[in-house]
Amino acid sequence: MKRPDYDQESGKQILDAAGIAQKIAELGQHIVKEFGADGGGVALVGIQTRGAHLARRLAAWLTQKTGQDVPVGILDITLYRDDVLTIAEQPTVKETDLPFDLEDRPLVLVDDVLFTGRTIRSAMNAIVDYGRPKCVRLAILIDRGHRELPISADYVGLAVTTRRDDIVDVNLMEVDGSDSVCVRPDPKDAV
Amino acid sequence: MPFKHKDLLGIEGLSPEDIERILHTAAPFKTLFTRSIKKVPTLRGKTVALLFYEPSTRTRTSFELAAARLSADAMSLNVDSSSIKKGESLVDTALNLEAMKVDFMVVRHSVSGAPELLAKSVQAHVINAGDGNHEHPTQALLDLFTMREKKKKIQGLNVAIIGDILHSRVARSNIWALTKMGANVRLCGPATLVPQEMRSAFGKSVSVTYQVKEALDGADVAYVLRLQTERQLDHLFPSLREYHEFYGLDARKLAWAKKDCIVMHPGPMNRGVEIASPVADGPQSVILDQVTNGIAVRMAVMYLLAGGKV
Repeated sequence: MKRPDYDQESGKQILDAAGIAQKIAELGQHIVKEFGADGGGVALVGIQTRGAHLARRLAAWLTQKTGQDVPVGILDITLYRDDVLTIAEQPTVKETDLPFDLEDRPLVLVDDVLFTGRTIRSAMNAIVDYGRPKCVRLAILIDRGHRELPISADYVGLAVTTRRDDIVDVNLMEVDGSDSVCVRPDPKDAV
Repeated sequence: MPFKHKDLLGIEGLSPEDIERILHTAAPFKTLFTRSIKKVPTLRGKTVALLFYEPSTRTRTSFELAAARLSADAMSLNVDSSSIKKGESLVDTALNLEAMKVDFMVVRHSVSGAPELLAKSVQAHVINAGDGNHEHPTQALLDLFTMREKKKKIQGLNVAIIGDILHSRVARSNIWALTKMGANVRLCGPATLVPQEMRSAFGKSVSVTYQVKEALDGADVAYVLRLQTERQLDHLFPSLREYHEFYGLDARKLAWAKKDCIVMHPGPMNRGVEIASPVADGPQSVILDQVTNGIAVRMAVMYLLAGGKV
């Protein structure tokens, strides 16, 4: 695979704040295109932690565009992970809050980065334990490749070529103080 | 905050950070109970053996449900009909269970220190479900979870523990947990059941009084202990009726506490002895919340121990 042209030291910024806003608008347009100008009763479910913030931003965009209230839930997938008993340290279980009825409602899962696909597998297992949505779509800000499961996103902000051990940092105002997306090499590889 | 423990044997060996981690982890587990599917796949394929050498309904059921809701398989050893009755030692029983590849052993035993002995003998995670008059750590954890749920904090709370402190592992675990988390503990009961040395054993934030009025004055929590009538209590107080008169929590005595004081009890209750029915069933009682929260806290403990590679 072609190596991404990042600076060995600092990595490379692939989106700035305006770029992230633009990608969110594009994801919103995809959703409107599929579910209609009134949103078709769609609800968003953001995966903890950054997916949840992206889902809120996407919902705000959709609400403005459709004039309809778009409910947002947050999902923590920790208890559904497939590596929970093999990793060294138990991950902190965070809050799951789905403040709407999932039954027969179109649902869009939202996350920042799509990588191995294992998080999305966990998220789908969790979702069906809460109810039976009409359909589930996947909206992703960055698709960085290297899938380990047969999963793909329905709406993608930006697809980038990365190496397996690269690190993709999605920084969001709500958690990190500013908006940007960077790709950098694994510091372990530095010579 | 790494949680690095193989076993949960008591509160004494936990740091305030450990306690905080358990309480914090229990909260999302509790939210599962309102779903129609109350189960998560987290401990799928794990086996939990329940060794109860003393009778228990609530604690055993609570551990069974906690295991079930984590998708682990729980199995109770029937002490009456098993080889324990034929004289097999505790450690031999545990080694046999270990040979059957059990991942968790939940133990209740009349001898203090029995779970610790087990923990040293097996690789499985051992959880103390009450040993002698030593500790009952998951009870204290669920009590703290409930206090924090109702009072939004533990630090600075005035907690009156009333009853047979001497024989109570619930009291000991609660005193450890509450003092570690910064609460003020008042111990109250007949002089024969409240050893003076409790005053010095746990530091400045524990006081001892024989007057319920003094214990309840300004109290945020009235924690009533069960009078363990199955133990040898002869000659320690004159009669159950007199005990109720002086130490049983009724509406008259509860009025001495803060208006929003909550009433707690580890169960099973002797109504009309240590607690009067109108108080047990009254608006200040959170006794059934304790029961619900017990499952969430035990799920949190099993989840955290499962990751505790030491």
